[in-house]
Amino acid sequence: MAIISTSGLSRTFTTKRGTVEAVRGIDLVVQPGEIVGFLGPNGAGKTTTLRMLTTLLPPTGGAATVAGCDLASDPAGVRAKTGYVAQSGGVDPNITVREELVTQARLYRMPKAEAAARAEEVAADLGLSELMERKCAALSGGQRRRLDIAMGLLHRPAVLFLDEPTTGLDPGSRADLWDLVRRIRAEQGTTVFLTTHYLDEADALADRLIIVDEGRVIAEGTPAALKEQHAGSTTASLQDAFLAITGRAPAAPSEEPAPLAV
Amino acid sequence: MHSFLSDTAIVFGRYARQTLRSRMQMLFGILMPLLYLLFFGPLLTDLPLSADGSSWQVLVPGLLLQLGLFGASFCGFAVILEKHSGVVDRMRVTPASRLALLAGRVLRDTLLFLFQAVLLVLAALVMGLRAPLTGILIGFAFVALLTISLASLSYALAMKVNTPQEFGPVINALTMPSMLLSGLMLPMALAPAWLDVLSHFMPFRYLVDAVRAAFVGHYASMPMLYGVLVALAMSAASLTLGTRLFQKAGA
Repeated sequence: MAIISTSGLSRTFTTKRGTVEAVRGIDLVVQPGEIVGFLGPNGAGKTTTLRMLTTLLPPTGGAATVAGCDLASDPAGVRAKTGYVAQSGGVDPNITVREELVTQARLYRMPKAEAAARAEEVAADLGLSELMERKCAALSGGQRRRLDIAMGLLHRPAVLFLDEPTTGLDPGSRADLWDLVRRIRAEQGTTVFLTTHYLDEADALADRLIIVDEGRVIAEGTPAALKEQHAGSTTASLQDAFLAITGRAPAAPSEEPAPLAV
Repeated sequence: MHSFLSDTAIVFGRYARQTLRSRMQMLFGILMPLLYLLFFGPLLTDLPLSADGSSWQVLVPGLLLQLGLFGASFCGFAVILEKHSGVVDRMRVTPASRLALLAGRVLRDTLLFLFQAVLLVLAALVMGLRAPLTGILIGFAFVALLTISLASLSYALAMKVNTPQEFGPVINALTMPSMLLSGLMLPMALAPAWLDVLSHFMPFRYLVDAVRAAFVGHYASMPMLYGVLVALAMSAASLTLGTRLFQKAGA
């Protein structure tokens, strides 16, 4: 039983200059416990898709089920079972780590005492215990990112959505964050759905990649399979495969034609 | 219903603590009406204002509503900043009631402006205001209703726009005519007929008239009735609109 499945999920925006089709019908299936990398060039519709799957943005077409709840008819159910960490995080710089964690746990409808205990527990798990009384502004980039993720884990979600979780982090912090994501999946069976522009990250972390461009899924598979199909060899770099798939570079000799620009 | 109330309390608590930490935020809004009270009020004491009561009974109701008008209209700025820091989305991905996300903030704003209204009236008493206590309390109730309306609308607009540069001019374009056309500083009874007629299309005018009536003890009067009706209608409409936008807000 899939934990995320979408069919024809789409979103158009109406602007002064006409309509923009940001997402043109995404079909995807994610199994419980998978770590899925959601890749695509800037403007491909990754963030829009993520915002729809987390109920932040109502779709203009199609349907989706997330963690057993229908996106359109039971958004509250989706919210209760999923966690979302946006690119920008979501903490106030002038508030302490403890207060933000407890408030967020309370917004996930935990009673006061439970919220305080759960904040401690998640903080300990993510190495934030020493920082609880600090203001969020006083955290380093890596600590800030761990706090953002802690905010999304308080309610033990079945699915965790991460939007570019390692953008702006130094190599050490990135490696730590990869370990953290693997550990969350290993210990709690959490399904992780993440976007990234770092192909080494996608290669190292994701079980499976879904590549989108111009609002549609254009390829999916394990990193090794994509390399073999699109760059000619499992030892090729994911970079070559990605460029071949998105048509943003000269295609490999046996390549299928790049999707037409619209 | 129970979860709506507890969600509202959680959101209110967060923003109330934020306000209490910042003395600047607590007192900033009162600066403009206080300056009017100190440096404009004394000019009116001997003028024929064609209204009942002393000049202070005419001016202070206007200043109370000015506090609400300007303070509450600009509340949305905070939401624009919070949209950029991701705080708004981080709250919207929780199961918390959408109305509570708005109501918790509006409740904080209402209490903040009531606190400032009390300080303003205390300063006015020193300057020479004499008015019945009931009338002053009615004035506070109008400040509260006005804050609920305008803060909700301000948050609603802030959910629609992305930058302070888009937000500021709209608010200025709405608040300045509201202030001038409602007779906030001087009663519209002084106006030529065309301006008086025009001002009747400004809903805010009825609130100003009602608070002036309250300050001279005219509780069972037509201005009071119109004021109450307009204030209740404005609050209901703005809360509905605000919640809808908190629910639907796009990218």
